[in-house]
Amino acid sequence: MIAFNKYYNHFNIVSSLLIIVSLVLLIFKGLNFGIDFKGGTLIELRSTDTKINVSSLRDKFSQMDLGDVSVKKFGNDTDYLIKFENKDNKKNIIEEIKNNLDKSFGNNFNFRRVENVGPKVSSELLKSGVIAISLSLAAMLFYIWIRFEWQFSLGAILALFHDVIVTLGVFSLFSLEINLSIIAAVLTIVGYSMNDTVVIFDRVRENLRKYSDIKIFELTNISINETLSRTIITSATTLLALLAIYFFGGEILKGFSLAMILGVIFGTYSSIYIANTVLVRLRVSQKTVLREDSEK
Amino acid sequence: MLYFSKLRILFITLFSLLFVLIASSNLFKFDDSFFDKKINLGLDLQGGSYLLLEIDNAPVIEQKLQNLTTSIRNYFKEKDIKINNIKIENQNIYFNVLEKNKQTIIDTFTDENSDINPYYPRFKSHQLEIEDTGINFKLNFSRQGLIVLKTSSQDQAIEIVRRRIDEVGTNEPNILKRGNNRILVELPGLDDPMRVKSLLGKTANLTFRFVTNDDNDRFGVEKLKFEDGIDEATVSKRIIISGDNLLDAQPKMDTQTNQTIVSFSLDRVGAKRFGKATSTGIGKQLAIVLDGKIISAPVVRDTIASGSGQISGGFTFQTATDLALLLRSGALPAPLNIIEERTVGPDLGQDSINAGMIALAIGFLLVIIFMFVKYRVFGLITNVTLIINLFILLGILTLFEATLTLPGIAGIILTVGMAVDANVLIFERIKEELRDENNNIVAFDSGYTKSRTAIIDANITTLLAAVILFFMGSGPVKGFSVTLGVGIFTTLFSVYFIARLFTSLYVSKNRDKEKLI
Repeated sequence: MIAFNKYYNHFNIVSSLLIIVSLVLLIFKGLNFGIDFKGGTLIELRSTDTKINVSSLRDKFSQMDLGDVSVKKFGNDTDYLIKFENKDNKKNIIEEIKNNLDKSFGNNFNFRRVENVGPKVSSELLKSGVIAISLSLAAMLFYIWIRFEWQFSLGAILALFHDVIVTLGVFSLFSLEINLSIIAAVLTIVGYSMNDTVVIFDRVRENLRKYSDIKIFELTNISINETLSRTIITSATTLLALLAIYFFGGEILKGFSLAMILGVIFGTYSSIYIANTVLVRLRVSQKTVLREDSEK
Repeated sequence: MLYFSKLRILFITLFSLLFVLIASSNLFKFDDSFFDKKINLGLDLQGGSYLLLEIDNAPVIEQKLQNLTTSIRNYFKEKDIKINNIKIENQNIYFNVLEKNKQTIIDTFTDENSDINPYYPRFKSHQLEIEDTGINFKLNFSRQGLIVLKTSSQDQAIEIVRRRIDEVGTNEPNILKRGNNRILVELPGLDDPMRVKSLLGKTANLTFRFVTNDDNDRFGVEKLKFEDGIDEATVSKRIIISGDNLLDAQPKMDTQTNQTIVSFSLDRVGAKRFGKATSTGIGKQLAIVLDGKIISAPVVRDTIASGSGQISGGFTFQTATDLALLLRSGALPAPLNIIEERTVGPDLGQDSINAGMIALAIGFLLVIIFMFVKYRVFGLITNVTLIINLFILLGILTLFEATLTLPGIAGIILTVGMAVDANVLIFERIKEELRDENNNIVAFDSGYTKSRTAIIDANITTLLAAVILFFMGSGPVKGFSVTLGVGIFTTLFSVYFIARLFTSLYVSKNRDKEKLI
């Protein structure tokens, strides 16, 4: 048996620090919102001429009077991702760019993807994204509230907030782009983290009924160990699937799968080191579950 | 938990086979319409354009208010009430009347049978709201009045949009209303999104009006620019004929000048008016105005009574074709703005499909190898179940002709990773049970029973997230929630019916073996 409980305090401090750092990052550095939430235009280009490089392309685009424009390589050597604000929301901007590029580089570009999100739509998308995440957190809260005693609910929710905040913190730290698919990833993380916590909690509750003489400090450790192989196997298979998406699923799914990978790692960790320590700190005992049972 | 009746086994087998068959209809052609279904590929996979158009209703409201001022004036004139200082400001009409007439005005506008202010009994609301500000009357559209107006301009606009897109001839466009002032257009497999964008961006309001130098024109005049944006001309506001009078418009080659032109024919009213105007206006310039810009202003040389004519203006064949198309499909009631656009080229779509499939294959393989190494026989059972699970998932998506997107494929891969969870929970529980229990059957049975609550809890949490995403998400992300959500049901089915069936067959054959798992 691994003594997870030996490190409860250590990891509580680590988690608190992680959350504080993440919050500081989120407040002061903020998130790197993509055009979905900020508005603007995105173009994915593929050049057929190998002589074209990113700096010449960058020069060309900066001459086009598009405002703040970013030109980056995207995936392989011939693909580029161009982003700009498109403040005036010019109607024929893509056509203008195409003509401009054709003039300087010849007809060597394939416009693989064009996305243009107006300011109104982007603020709506941001709003519905925030609503979606809040709703899912509320739904989890509600589910766990009818399913478990309040001490358990608190533990699960704290673990959940930890996972979401720290994942977003990592995105802030590395300025990774937040777009629509990241919202989907965050929602899935919420589901996964909850799933992981609930499985351990189920066992804790079962053991509480079984043993009256074991203190919760020991009992959580027993429960974690009993469910440990399941925790490891499920995290492993999920991570294997996600790594496959990250490495082979193409550039578009990179951010999405990265967010999920982080979420699964944090979710597994928090089920053990946050959810359970809350039970310990709230001095959950056999009485907690038996009282609930008699009420039911 | 381990007992299966013969009938149940038959049912499970048939059910699984059915979905394998439905899923395979994506690859083969079936004559039967029930099986001949396919998963729709989302725009991000097959390439195409997603456009969200917003109707700019401000000009419509302005126009309606303009018309209202006239009708209000006339209406009360008949009742011997003089309307003073009528003006439009910020989408409100303001006017004064004499003190003694004030009550009549209020009564007229708040009467449920009012001729001038329609009443919507269903919403208990008039079209217009009237307010006595003390200085004057303020008249504006009520909430319901605005909704009616917006809905009607949306209805008209969607019809015109549909006609224009049909004329371009893309396959299976999807044109839907969104809210009361937006139109969603999905165009799969489009070669030239820019052309459609420019076609939808034009109101196509065509008028024929005389060029005039007389500033005292009875109808008023306005200065309009030519298409080139440089030259200007003063044009009368009197409309001779408008786009509504057109019966047909076609691009043609003028054999004399070797120019591309647009020839048009007019309806009877239009032909009559055009004939009259051209007979009285010989020698004058007739401006052809499209969306506030002059295309050309030819000099009238002859009376045109035939009801047909032509527009020249330095067109290429493409621009002439597009103008003819716009004129045939009619003018939009209000300008449309493209507020969101997502276009994916067909080759990127194909690349995404390939990448998604490779990721799926590799993810699947990794999980299968992992499970086999970890659980041997039971890993094999899990893996076979996983394959059937995948077929049922694809079968359900096919049956409902759901739309598969790139994030949707990610959802399937994730389902593969998470689907083993339920089996792992069960197997680990059985292992624990086997420590104190010698009877294999009993241990397996209680393993299944005791793990059930955890499995259901775990799946409900994921399902909740998927459902919320389905209702809140848009486009490709919605596809993710569909595969993730459907995946949960297929996983539960395959774990509790298929995997359990295999497990029960294996356990009852090897019931006396030790350390079965």
